[in-house]
Amino acid sequence: MSSAPSRLEAAFLKGHPALVAYLMGGYPDRAGSLAALVAVACAGADVIELGVPYADPLADGPVIQHAAEAARACEGSFGLAETLDLAGEAAALPGMPPLVVMTYLNPMMRMGLAKVGQKAAEAGVAGFIVPDMPPDNPMAVQWKREAVARGIDTVFLAAPTSTPERLAVVGEASTGFVYVVSSLGVTGERTQLPAELTDLVARVRASSPLPVAVGFGVSTPAQAATVSAIADGVIVGSALVRRQDDPSALGEFVGQLVSAVHTGGR
Amino acid sequence: MSDALLPSADDAYSSPDAQGFYGPYGGTFVPETVMPALAELSEAYESAMQDAAFRERLSYLLAEYVGRPSPLYKAERLAEAVGLGAVYLTREDLNHTGAHKINNSLGQCMLAQRMGKRRVIAETGAGQHGVATATAAALLGLECAVFMGVEDIRRQSLNVYKMKLLGAEVVPVDEGGGTLADATTAALRHWVERVEDTFYVIGSTVGPHPYPAIVRGFQCVIGEETLVQLEVKNIDHVDAVIACVGGGSNAIGMFYPFLRHLPAGSRPLLIGAEAAGLGVETDKHGAALTKGTPGVMHGFYSYLLQDDAGNPLEAYSISAGLDYPGVGPEHGSLKDSGLVRYEAVTDADALEAFVLLTRTEGIIPAIESSHALALLPRLAAELGPDAVLVLNVSGRGDKDMDIVREAGVE
Ligand SMILES: Cc1ncc(COP(=O)(O)O)c(C=O)c1O
Repeated sequence: MSSAPSRLEAAFLKGHPALVAYLMGGYPDRAGSLAALVAVACAGADVIELGVPYADPLADGPVIQHAAEAARACEGSFGLAETLDLAGEAAALPGMPPLVVMTYLNPMMRMGLAKVGQKAAEAGVAGFIVPDMPPDNPMAVQWKREAVARGIDTVFLAAPTSTPERLAVVGEASTGFVYVVSSLGVTGERTQLPAELTDLVARVRASSPLPVAVGFGVSTPAQAATVSAIADGVIVGSALVRRQDDPSALGEFVGQLVSAVHTGGR
Repeated sequence: MSDALLPSADDAYSSPDAQGFYGPYGGTFVPETVMPALAELSEAYESAMQDAAFRERLSYLLAEYVGRPSPLYKAERLAEAVGLGAVYLTREDLNHTGAHKINNSLGQCMLAQRMGKRRVIAETGAGQHGVATATAAALLGLECAVFMGVEDIRRQSLNVYKMKLLGAEVVPVDEGGGTLADATTAALRHWVERVEDTFYVIGSTVGPHPYPAIVRGFQCVIGEETLVQLEVKNIDHVDAVIACVGGGSNAIGMFYPFLRHLPAGSRPLLIGAEAAGLGVETDKHGAALTKGTPGVMHGFYSYLLQDDAGNPLEAYSISAGLDYPGVGPEHGSLKDSGLVRYEAVTDADALEAFVLLTRTEGIIPAIESSHALALLPRLAAELGPDAVLVLNVSGRGDKDMDIVREAGVE
């Protein structure tokens, strides 16, 4: 690809590894999640992933799952439409980094892919991550048509189990960055990252020229520093969502992660 | 068993396509982590089906261990009671472990063994698939864990005890309504974590491709045997074939051979009975085909009970095996094409049919199968007193004694 990097890709090309912070839309409530977005942006996160509360989150561990439940329980069921609306309000604030929506596929299909693309573009969303939509799926092909036309990136996931053929498919289809799932299983904090991670990141790099960010299980500044030494970005989710109802604690923690990541493990 | 496990080019009906789609439904909507395992599974299944030794061993176990072929029993007092010419019951209830589920569990556990996996997991609703998988795992020396919702653990406690006796671990799932959909999600999540050493034995024609095709492959022995026995009994005309539909495995196992071997003009009516719970006009039912809209859940696209934001809804049925907000993708496609008709049956009608079969024939059916039985009076009114019907009794009712007693049947 020879075109200029997208807004999302550019967030990884600032001369230091990027911190990607995951927050749950509508948790603890709409105002609380907006306050969390502001706190995380002020603390220096380079990209913010905004999760859409969903009833059957196949790829998420207990922390994110329970935040989704709480968000759905409040204010008449917070979903994709409400998350896009929240993203629109956040994206208009000064200093807000690129926002990436992380959603399961069904809410998108329910809304209609064209309408999702249109609303996301209006909201200024930079990209989408859809964990149950593999890149070679017909829905992925349809969604990408909508997204590409509107300058929205679609990030696909590479896993520890991915074969070279799968990595090629994932690398080929992704735009913005490639999301490397560090470990088997669902999202959540882990005390140890797998030893094979370095090798996995190297294999993903060989399959795509895009920036590579690692997520699933990264939960402490020390782990984030280790990962930032091998990847272009570090994604932290559950450890932030756990603090999401307390913006000042959240901001302070993200500040620590940012310093750890921006120095790239050095 | 004939060579019915894989479709061939000259079938009257041929599905799915190479990506696992039945019309628009089906496919593979899962985290990337399990994509390679699904590809591996497709290959292993195809190679097993082409391996004469594998098929011979499966046929042997289905005959000597499961007790196949299932009789095609002419239920004369039942036919008289409902006003039909003849009703033939396929007696899956006589299988070892008491339901059709063992046909599939045995096949998949043999596949697991062939793929070198030492550990299997399963989800279960009524507990029949859990018991069948725990049984096959005991037979083949595999480690087994069964995910089961806490509500189902309560209402199917006998099966929970059986699974434990068989050496399986029963993992309680306390999410959502604590029923089949929650157990399936928990099993899928667990599989994503343990995919390297664990084989996921899915219990119905649901889940990501190739599962719906594999489960159909192992269950279509039901319909294949029925066709053979109809021929042996010189029954050359059948008006309708009926089965209940949860995820859809006993129904597709019955219907697929009819679709495959008979051209459209000479097929009987194929009718699936799904759960209307307290009524399809309430929000307490499991009638995905009657009331659902297309959506993605548990790795596949099909009719689904969902809210306006695309969240799957909790289903409800007195029958744990039909208490599921989705339905297998092939049924979605068969509904749209009109090749199969689907009707919804309430708890109350199912209970009445349960009693009817019990009292007229001395056969106590599973509460799931009772949903199919409940269509008989309706079909008598529609098709007339000379009509000949075949109905799949997918399982026996031993597991349902507490529920039926609780429902006040004396
Ligand atoms: C006896 C019996 N019949 C039917 C079903 C429903 O499943 P399916 O639609 O896959 O046949 C079950 C599921 O537990 C069952 O136990």
